[in-house]
Amino acid sequence: MNESTNKVSESSTPSHAMDMSSLNRVQQNLDLSDETISLEVNNLNLYYGEKQALHNINMVLPKQRVSAFIGPSGCGKSTLLRCFNRMNDLVDGVRIEGSITMEGQDIYAPDVNVSELRRNVGMVFQKPNPFPKSIYENVAYGLRIQGNNSRRELDEIVESSLKRAALWDEVKDRLHDSAFGLSGGQQQRLVIARAIAIKPEVLLLDEPASALDPISTLKIEELIYELKDEYTIIIVTHNMQQAARVSDYTAFMYMGDLIEFGDTDKLFTNPTEKQTEDYITGRYG
Amino acid sequence: METGEFGQHISQQFNDELEDIRNRVLTMGGLVEKQLADAINSMVEGDTELAESVVANDHRVNGMEVSIDEECSRVLARRQPAAGDLRLVVAVIKTITDLERIGDQAERVARFSLRLAENSHHGYFKELEHLAEDVRQILNDALDAFARMDTEAALEVARSDISIDQEYDSIMRQLITFMMEDPRNVTRVLDVMWTARALERIGDHAKNICEYVIYLVKGKDVRHISIDKMEEAVNPDAGS
Repeated sequence: MNESTNKVSESSTPSHAMDMSSLNRVQQNLDLSDETISLEVNNLNLYYGEKQALHNINMVLPKQRVSAFIGPSGCGKSTLLRCFNRMNDLVDGVRIEGSITMEGQDIYAPDVNVSELRRNVGMVFQKPNPFPKSIYENVAYGLRIQGNNSRRELDEIVESSLKRAALWDEVKDRLHDSAFGLSGGQQQRLVIARAIAIKPEVLLLDEPASALDPISTLKIEELIYELKDEYTIIIVTHNMQQAARVSDYTAFMYMGDLIEFGDTDKLFTNPTEKQTEDYITGRYG
Repeated sequence: METGEFGQHISQQFNDELEDIRNRVLTMGGLVEKQLADAINSMVEGDTELAESVVANDHRVNGMEVSIDEECSRVLARRQPAAGDLRLVVAVIKTITDLERIGDQAERVARFSLRLAENSHHGYFKELEHLAEDVRQILNDALDAFARMDTEAALEVARSDISIDQEYDSIMRQLITFMMEDPRNVTRVLDVMWTARALERIGDHAKNICEYVIYLVKGKDVRHISIDKMEEAVNPDAGS
């Protein structure tokens, strides 16, 4: 009874006495400017040798939201993603100008501990890459490296991470079997469990579902949705429908330029830029 | 992003499908227009044969609604259209609902003509002819706006609908006077009233179609807002 009266009062006075926390982002009518910022990119230029791969990128990525990068192959979306945990440092001849700040700290400042940064910014790749170890040890790996060897703590974190990655029920009876015995979709969720076991702030997903079948893909997408209340998630995907399904904000990139970045609903129903429209509707650009 | 025209998809087949949907809506619009014109002519000229053909043809309008609807569902399922393509499909689904209802109202007008002919000594109410002509024009303009994706023309239709509503109100006032003057008029006047009502509703449906055209082209939902707000949505840069 209480519920029905609530509904009536909500619809008649929409702004009055509503519990905003129970509403999702769209219902609350939030947009990018209302969000808490996790990562901020300022005038970022990136060169591979002579070739410029990113042109003057400016964007803010909101905290505890899913942002998707879409665009044709070679548009720079993976390159941009790799800037957030300085994976590009490992590539020869890369030069970066401009800045990226995470919670206000410049991640390219000289005194930044890159290992510490990567601990805070986890990454999952297109092909599942479990270590040649047991399921348990895969998830515990990062913690062991940090010097945590307490059996009790490890058990706890392995279980909670696997549960968080929606894999626990499928593997709880064979935690000490090799991770290679899992299916591709399970391996990918295992890798996500491994990434979240060390409690990062940000999770970078580079085509996390492109090597998976549709059902495993949906499980990964569901997982992304579940994880976003704890992590800031950035996903690169070739699958536009996937971006439309999982993300709150979408960035469209083309030839190293950020063409448009904004609310996913808006971008997929009424994009501002013609290039975006042409790309998402599958027209010649 | 405005969609004035449909550029080439990489998938020619998808292109053809969207083009086909659009053409079928225009065909349906043409049929509905003819139904309305025939209904009005049957009323003005007391042509019962024509009126009967309108009643008999309504099922064709209904059939087109169903088949275009199916085609739209199929495209949604198989192509997952986005942006302008998505808005086209959504606008079409809504447009054909309104077209089908216009068809129903045209059938009402035709049935009125038939009843009128049964009691030939009454004659019909002359003011209806003017209203009918305006309504026929507004439907024509709405379909043109849809065919050309012309938001200015769509706005014009929304404006004309206001004058149709006023015309309808004045007919109502006259009819009420007739009924008060002589209660023996009531039966006939009620028929006229229902017919005027049907015509007025067609004006509203035509206006709805124009709102979908604006949604389709501009990506802005202009339902349930004043005409001034609609103008602002169509021409955000104009005005002071």
